[in-house]
Amino acid sequence: MKRSAFALAALASGALFGVGLAMSGMTDPRRVLGFLDVAGAFDPTLLFVLGGAVATTLVSFRFVLRRGNPVLADTFHLSNLRHIDRTLLGGAAIFGVGWGLAGYCPGPALAGLGVLSREAAWFVPAMLAGMAVHRAVNRR
Amino acid sequence: MHYAIALAGGVLIGLAATLLLWLNGRVAGVSGLVNGVLFPQRGDVAWRVAFLGGLVVAAGAYMALVPGASLPRTDFSRAGLVAAGVLVGFGTRMGNGCTSGHGVCGIGRLSMRSIVAVLVFMATAIVTTYVVRHAWGGA
Repeated sequence: MKRSAFALAALASGALFGVGLAMSGMTDPRRVLGFLDVAGAFDPTLLFVLGGAVATTLVSFRFVLRRGNPVLADTFHLSNLRHIDRTLLGGAAIFGVGWGLAGYCPGPALAGLGVLSREAAWFVPAMLAGMAVHRAVNRR
Repeated sequence: MHYAIALAGGVLIGLAATLLLWLNGRVAGVSGLVNGVLFPQRGDVAWRVAFLGGLVVAAGAYMALVPGASLPRTDFSRAGLVAAGVLVGFGTRMGNGCTSGHGVCGIGRLSMRSIVAVLVFMATAIVTTYVVRHAWGGA
């Protein structure tokens, strides 16, 4: 019973997330690249999207985390890593290169699968392969 | 009007992340969610599939049904997409997050690691876009 409630809550959250992505226009990588291309025809849309999202979580997360535990689970699963190391910096740098290259980060790329986007059909499997490569390299 | 809708879309993304943290106690980081489906651990898969399935179907429905919705581009090179995908997959795992995990959720709880990560990936993305569009003159 609790397991299905847990999955249902995640489904609702994911659906809301998907509507937000599509509504914001971030599902089109041309908009994303329009923001990243500061030397070209600059498109500030992404700033409004990220601004709206972060303004919301900055306020709401305070209230949520003030509770001792989430509604449907025993604990909050949050990273307790603190230090800024080469792995964080290197990973973020590599991700940024991929993001700037085609204009897709993971959420919008997955959203593209919802309209059978040809680009998502190439990008998403490659992204999964990149994740698998990371796992293989770090297992040694 | 366009920016107002973008802002509202951003707020919905923030609310979605709030819902997942409040109800499930989980961070709505898409790369981490995907990784947990790709390399499943017992009892920790169904909710991830539910979130990602909800995302794909709802975003797809919005794009298919709402007039004027932004549809994905269709003409980027195959090699470019594959290279970008591999870099995004590898980099988000190495750096432990993407635009949603570090950007929307990490900044939301004022995690210094996330703030630094966002500044770094924004910077390398801007440089990459510049090189691709202006220095190489392609894409």
